Amino acid sequence: MSRRLSEGGRLIDREVPLGFLWNNRRLTGFRGDTLASALLANDQQLAGRSFKYHRPRGIVTAGPEEPNALVQLGHGASSEPNLRATTVELADGLRATSQNHWPSLEFDIGAATGYLAPLFAAGFYYKTFMWPRVAWKHVFEPLIRRSAGLGIPPTQPDPDHYEHYHAHVDVLVVGSGIAGLVAAGAAADAGARVLVLEQNPEFGGRAPVDGITVDGLAASEWIDDCVADLAWRDLVRVRNRTTVLGVYDHGYVFACEHRPRPNMDKSRADAPRQRLWRIRARQIVMATGAIERPLAFAGNDVPGVMLASAARDYAVNFGVGIGDRVVVVTNNDSAYLTATALAEAGIGIAGILDIRESPAGPALDRARAVGLDVRTGMSVASVFGRRQVLGVSATASNGDGARTERIVANAVVMSGGWSPSVHLWSHCGGKLAWDANRGCFLPDADRPPAGADGVGMVIPVGAANGTMDASGIPDEAVRAGREAARRAGHRGRRGRQSSASHPAQAEDAAESQPELAWMVPRQAKRSLRSRAFLDYQNDVKVTDIELAVREGFQSVEHAKRYTTLGMATDQGKLSNVNGIGILATSMGQEIAGVGTTTFRPPYTPLTLGAIAGEAHGPLFKPVRKTPMDGWHDDHGAHWEPVADWRRPYCYLRDGETVKAAINREILNTRRRVGLLDASTLGKILVSGPDSGRFLDMLYTGRMSTLRQGRCRYGLMCNENGFLIDDGVIARLGEETFLCHTTSGGSDRIHAWMEEWLQTEWWTWKVWTVNLTEQFVQVGIVGPEARTVMERLGNIDVSDEALRFMDHVDGELAGFPVRLFRISFSGELSYEIQLPAAAGLEFWTQALEAGADLGIQPYGTEALHVMRAEKGFIMIGDETDGTVTPQDLGLDWAVSRLKSDYLGKRAQARSYLNAPDRWRLVGLATEDPNAVLPDGAYATDGSRQQDGGKTMIGRVTSSYWSPTINRSIALGLVERGPDRMGEVIGFPVESGRTIRAKIVDPVFLGQDAGANA
Amino acid sequence: MKRYSAFAIAKEAFRHQLGWERAWRSPEPKPEYEVIIVGAGGHGLATAYYLGKNHGITNIAILEKNWLGGGNTGRNTTIIRSNYLQDASAAIYEKARSLYETLSQDLNYNVMFSPRGVAMLAQTHHEVRGYRRTARANAIQGVETEFIGSEQVKALCPIINVDGPRFPVLGALWQPRGGTARHDAVAWGYARACSDMGMDIIQNCAVTAVRRTGGTVTGVETTRGAVGCRKLGIVVAGHSGVLAAMAGFRLPVESVALQALVSEPVKPCMDIVVMANTVHGYMSQSDKGELVIGGGADGFNNYTQRGSFHHVEETVRALVETFPIISRLRMLRQWAGIVDMTGDRSPILSKTPLENCFINCGWGTGGFKAIPGSGWAMAELMAKGEPGPLAAPFGLDRFREGRFIDESVAAGVAH
Amino acid sequence: MLILTCPCCGAEADETELASGGEAHIQRQGPESTDAAFEAYLFQRKNPSGVHFERWRHAFGCGKWFHAARCTRTLEVFGTYTAQSLKPPKWILDRIRKRRPDWAGPLP
Repeated sequence: MSRRLSEGGRLIDREVPLGFLWNNRRLTGFRGDTLASALLANDQQLAGRSFKYHRPRGIVTAGPEEPNALVQLGHGASSEPNLRATTVELADGLRATSQNHWPSLEFDIGAATGYLAPLFAAGFYYKTFMWPRVAWKHVFEPLIRRSAGLGIPPTQPDPDHYEHYHAHVDVLVVGSGIAGLVAAGAAADAGARVLVLEQNPEFGGRAPVDGITVDGLAASEWIDDCVADLAWRDLVRVRNRTTVLGVYDHGYVFACEHRPRPNMDKSRADAPRQRLWRIRARQIVMATGAIERPLAFAGNDVPGVMLASAARDYAVNFGVGIGDRVVVVTNNDSAYLTATALAEAGIGIAGILDIRESPAGPALDRARAVGLDVRTGMSVASVFGRRQVLGVSATASNGDGARTERIVANAVVMSGGWSPSVHLWSHCGGKLAWDANRGCFLPDADRPPAGADGVGMVIPVGAANGTMDASGIPDEAVRAGREAARRAGHRGRRGRQSSASHPAQAEDAAESQPELAWMVPRQAKRSLRSRAFLDYQNDVKVTDIELAVREGFQSVEHAKRYTTLGMATDQGKLSNVNGIGILATSMGQEIAGVGTTTFRPPYTPLTLGAIAGEAHGPLFKPVRKTPMDGWHDDHGAHWEPVADWRRPYCYLRDGETVKAAINREILNTRRRVGLLDASTLGKILVSGPDSGRFLDMLYTGRMSTLRQGRCRYGLMCNENGFLIDDGVIARLGEETFLCHTTSGGSDRIHAWMEEWLQTEWWTWKVWTVNLTEQFVQVGIVGPEARTVMERLGNIDVSDEALRFMDHVDGELAGFPVRLFRISFSGELSYEIQLPAAAGLEFWTQALEAGADLGIQPYGTEALHVMRAEKGFIMIGDETDGTVTPQDLGLDWAVSRLKSDYLGKRAQARSYLNAPDRWRLVGLATEDPNAVLPDGAYATDGSRQQDGGKTMIGRVTSSYWSPTINRSIALGLVERGPDRMGEVIGFPVESGRTIRAKIVDPVFLGQDAGANA
Repeated sequence: MKRYSAFAIAKEAFRHQLGWERAWRSPEPKPEYEVIIVGAGGHGLATAYYLGKNHGITNIAILEKNWLGGGNTGRNTTIIRSNYLQDASAAIYEKARSLYETLSQDLNYNVMFSPRGVAMLAQTHHEVRGYRRTARANAIQGVETEFIGSEQVKALCPIINVDGPRFPVLGALWQPRGGTARHDAVAWGYARACSDMGMDIIQNCAVTAVRRTGGTVTGVETTRGAVGCRKLGIVVAGHSGVLAAMAGFRLPVESVALQALVSEPVKPCMDIVVMANTVHGYMSQSDKGELVIGGGADGFNNYTQRGSFHHVEETVRALVETFPIISRLRMLRQWAGIVDMTGDRSPILSKTPLENCFINCGWGTGGFKAIPGSGWAMAELMAKGEPGPLAAPFGLDRFREGRFIDESVAAGVAH
Repeated sequence: MLILTCPCCGAEADETELASGGEAHIQRQGPESTDAAFEAYLFQRKNPSGVHFERWRHAFGCGKWFHAARCTRTLEVFGTYTAQSLKPPKWILDRIRKRRPDWAGPLP
C-alpha cells in the first residue's frame, strides 16, 4: 500500500522514480526522497530494533537526530552500518537492510529479552553475572557481546577515499535557515569573509515547511533569492551537504561534506566519498535551529508514533502521509501546524490532545476553523499496538491515566516542545542555562566559549538561541552577523547592502509556548511509566531514571551512565532534556539545579576514513631515501626502517639467505673491501666565534681544543646525565665544526642545539645548519680501501698524509669531496662526503674502481656486527635513555677538567654514582655456537623483597661473528668490569639457561682488524 | 548493605525494583576524621577501601569536588595490563591486575573485568627488541607475557593488517590475562563498599585550603566547611599540582589533556585489546560494541578537559592504517581528561614535605589499570606512615637522586 | 587547537606548526648547584591552573623559540614574546592584569 499523497512534496521529483532494495524487497521512491521518506511512502514504518530489548522501532524523526531507523547500507567492502535512514538520500539501486535482529526485522528472537525487562532494569549488569567467577569471561560476556552492537562492520578494506580541505574565514555561519542566511549577509556587508555551511541538501531549514513568510514571500522563494544573492558575492561561500561537527579552541572547526547519493554517482567514481573541512574561523554564528522533543507516555515507542515536525516534513517535503487517522498530542502550539498541514493534505486527524488546560492563539484558531477536534487538558495515556499503532487511550493530562477513552488511529504525532541545538556552543566550554519560561537549555550569553583573545567566539541566533518566533529573527540575525564581523575585525560597510538578505519582517504561523510535562499524564501510574521511553535506541524508560535516583545515582552524569540515557548513536538529541526533566522531578528539584551533561563532538557521527584522509598506505608517513636508494633497491636491498629512513639491512643475492648475506658482507669487508651508504648520518654545521665554547657545553669531551683537519669522537648527554647521541666531530676551520649525529638523531640534535642557543646562551655567536640531506656520505672500508681511493682521484691517502682521525678536502671521481679517515669497524676506512646530487654517480664509480678487488656493498647489520666485534657502542642498543657514558666505560670521552657541560651536574647525583650500577662488558658464551638472545636478563638466583627474582644484567647486543667464528655479545652487568672472568646465567625459553663469561667488550683485538 | 545476587534481582523484578538501597550514602561532612582522602576517583576510593579492609581504618571522609568517578576514572579507555619493563612498575601493575581478577566478587559489584588479552604491536625492529626484552624481564618478574609473531597476531585479531607498507606488524608483546573493565563500575563498586564500611563520601565538596600546624597537616577547608583530620591523602590526578600548592609544596608534575573517542556500536569484530605505540593508537571493542580508541597526549599544560583535534586525527589515521575495515565506521563521541605527567612518566606514591600528608599522583596516561594496586599501596603507606615494598620505589626522593623508573626505554609511550 | 603568533616571524602559527617546550623562565642549574636546586630545575613545575608562562618553538615555521603567556584553564593567550628574556616583560604583565584584575602575579 502506498502512503504517497496525490499531491505535494516540494523536494521530490515525481518524474524520476528510483528503485531500491529494502531487506531484499524491491521498492520505489522518487528523486529527492530520503530513504526514510521512501520507506514511509511504501508504508514501511517498522525500520529497526532497539539496542537492549530488541523492540520494534519506527521512524520517529526526519533528520540527523533519528535514534531508531538505523540501516546497513550497501554490501561487501562498501557496506556501511548504522546510517540514519532520515539522512540517506535515495538513489537508484540503493540497497539497505535493517539491523540488530534475527532472523528478521518482523520476527526477532532477541525481542524475548523484552519479556524479561522486569529483570533487566537499569544497572542490572552491575548486580549479577558474578558467579562463578570464570563465567563472566566465558559465558555471560560473549552472550552480551553477541546481542549488543547494531550494524555489522565491513570485512574488507574501504574501497573509497577521502580528502581534507582547509578554509580560513572571518565568520562561519552554521545553518542556512532564515537566521543563518540573514546573519551571513550582514557579516559580508560589513566586509567579512563568510562561509555558510548547511547539513542538508536543500537550504532554508524549517522555514519552508512551517509556513513562514518573509517580506510577503513564501519562505522557500525568499531563501532561493537569498542563497543566489549570497553565492554571487566574492566574500561569501555557501555549501550544502556539509555538517559542522565540532568546535575547538581558537576557532578551529571541523565539518564533513558528503557527496550526493553516496556510492551511486558513477560519473565521478574517482571523487572522494567525503571531505573533511578543517576550518579556522574568527567567529562562528550558530544558526543551527532546534530539535523537537518527544513526549513521554506509555507506548510512545510503538512504530507509527512520530515527532509532529517530522510528520509535517514528510507531508510537505516528500508528499508522504504517515497514516490516515492521526492523533496529535502536544504541549505547545507547533504541533497544530502539523495538524493543519496533514488535514490540508487530506489526512484524517482523529483528534488533537493538548495537555494544556486553556491554550489559545492563532494556531489553535486555525485548527478549530478547519474543523479539527481540539481537546485541551488531555493527553495520551497509552498507545495500543506492538509493531504498529492501532489506537490510543486518551486521558486527563493531570490525572493518573486511570480513566481513559479509546481513540482508533494508525499514527500518533507528538510535540514536547523544542530544544535549541546548542551543541556547538558547548563543545568548547560554553555554558548553558535552563530557561524555565521557554522550557529549554539556552546558551548562557555571559559564559560563552572564548577564543584566543578571551572574547566569545560563538554567537547563537534564531531558534538555536531560543527565538522560536520567526518575526524576531531578522533583526536578531542582522545584529549577530554584524557583531561577528566586528569581532573578526570588520566594522566597515564595504560592498552593497543587499535587500535580499535583509528582510524587513518575517511572519510565523505559530507561537510556541510549551507547558512542560516530563511524563504524561502527570500522575501516571507505574504501569504507564514503565512503558514510557526516554531513550528509544537504548531502551531507557522513565522508571529507569527513577531507579537510578533511588539508588543514589543523582548527579546527571551518574544517572546518564547508570541508565545509558543519551549514550546511543543520537547522543541524546531527543532524550537528554526529557531525561533531565524526569531526574529533576524524581528528586523534587528544579532543572536548573540538576544541570545538564556536556555535549562532546562530533555533532553527528563522523566516518573514521574521513578523519584519516589521504594519509594511508605509503602516504601514511613518507619514507626518507638517500640518493642511492634506487640502486640499492635494484641490487637486492633487504630494507630496514631506521628512524624515518630506509636503509639496506643487507643485499641479498639470488637464493641467498639473510644470514648468509650478512656473513658474506662482513667477511668481504674484513678481507677485501666494502662500500657503505652512510648518507643518513646526521651532519650539522656549527659555526661562529663561540662555536668551540658551545660544543664544549654540548659534548662531554672538549671540542674547542680540536685542531683544524682533525676529528674527535663525541658524546652528548641530556641534563639528566644520560647519553642521547654520539658521533664524530670534525674541525673545518677556526670557527667552524661539522658534527656527525646518529641517523635517527639529526633533527632532534639540531633542535637540541638550537634550543640551547636560543633560550639559554643567546648572547653566544654561534650558527647551526642541518646539512644532513645536502650531502651523501660513502664509506670505503677494508684492507683494499686505500687502493680504491687511489684509483678514484689524486688525494694523498697515505698513512703519513692522512692519519687516523684526519680529514681533508679534495676531489674524487671528478667531484669536490670532504674525506674523513674514521672507522666504525676497526678496518682501514675512508668516509667521503659530497653533494647529494653527485651521490649515485660517485657510488657507481667507486664500485667500478673496486670491481677487480672484490668490492661489495654492505648493509646495516654487517655494520652493526663489525662495530660489536670491536666493542663499539651503538646509541639505542647499548643505551636506552638510562645509561651514562661512565656506565659504558667511556670515561675517556668525558672531560673531568671542564667546569660544566650538559649532564655534568646530573652525573654527580648519588644514584648515578652508585657502585652497583650496571656497566658495559663483553659476554662470551661457554658454548661458542650459542648466541644469547637480545634483551636476555641474567639472574643470580636471589629474590627481592616483593618476591621477584633479582636481575643482575642484560644483553644489549648479540651476534654471530663470522670473523672470529663464535657468538659475541655486549651487555650491561651489575659491577660488570669488576667481575671479569665470572660466569653468569641467562635464563631463556623453556627453562634453559645460557651461561656466559664476563669478558672485555673488545672481541676483535688490537692485532686483528687494527688497520684503522 | 543489601547484597547483590541473582536471587535479589529476581525478587526485585517482582516488586518493580522498589527494594534497592542507595549504592552509597550522601552524608554531611563531620567536623573531624582520622583520614581524609581528597578525590573520589578510582585511586582515592580504592585507597579508602584498602585502608578499611587491610588496616581497619574506617573513620574516613572522601571529599570530591564534583561527582564521584567523574575524572579520569570515567574518561579512560579501560585497558588493564602489567607488561611493564621495570621491576617497580611490573610489581605494582601486576598487583593491580591480579586484584582486578577477583574485584567483582570482593566488592559484590560486577566491574566486568574481562581478561581478553592485550597485544602491543611491534612495528619497528627497535620495538621488536624492546618487547622481546620486556617479555624476558616479565618472565623473571612473574608477569605472564610472551613475544608472539605476526601470524599469531593475525590469528588473535583477524582485522589487523599485518602487511602495511609503512609499518608492518613484526610481532607483539602479548599478555593473555590483560584486558578491560567497566570503568564507572570500578568507582561505583569501591564507593558502595566504602560507604558500607561507614566511610563518608562527600560529593560536590571542593577543597579550598590545607590546614597545617607547624609542619603537620591538621585538616582542610572546603566549600562545605572546615574538616579536620590526622592524615591527609591527596589523590586528585590532574589537579595534584593545585592541591600540592595548597599544601605548600611543588611537584614534578605537569597536567596535560589526553583524548579518547568511541565509534558507534557494531557487532563484535575484535576480541582483544591492541596497542600500537609506533603509530600512537590503541583500540578495543567494548561489550556494547563501540570501538574504544585512544592515542597520545597533548604537549602543553592544560586544565580544560578539551584536547586538540589534530591528535584525534593522528590516532584515527594510525588505526585506520592498522585496521583497514574500520574506515567506514564512525566516530560517535570524543572527549579528553587531564592527566598528570611526572618527570619520568612513572607515578608518585609518597610522603610529602608536610607531615602526615601523602600523595598519590602522576599516573599519567595509564592510571585506570593501576587502581586496585595503587589503592592497596597507598593505604599501606598512609596506615603505616612508611611505604611498603610496592610504593617504596615511587617516592618523591627519586627525582633528587636520579633514580628514575623510566618505562619509555621499551616503548615510546607509557600508556 | 591553539593559534600563537610567533614574535619572531609574525606568523599566526597553528598548533600543528608548533612544538611546546614547557614552563618558561627556569634558571639552569650547573655543577655548583645544590641537590635541591638541581631537582627543582629539572622537575618541579608550577603547573598552574591559570596564567602560565611557557616556551614554544615555531618548529615547522621559522624555527625560533618564543615565550607565551596563556591561561591553562581557558586557553586564552595574553601574548607572545621573545625567548631571550629572563622574566615576563611588563607589557605582558599589564595586559594580563587588565584581563584578570584579581590575578596575583607570576608564581614565585
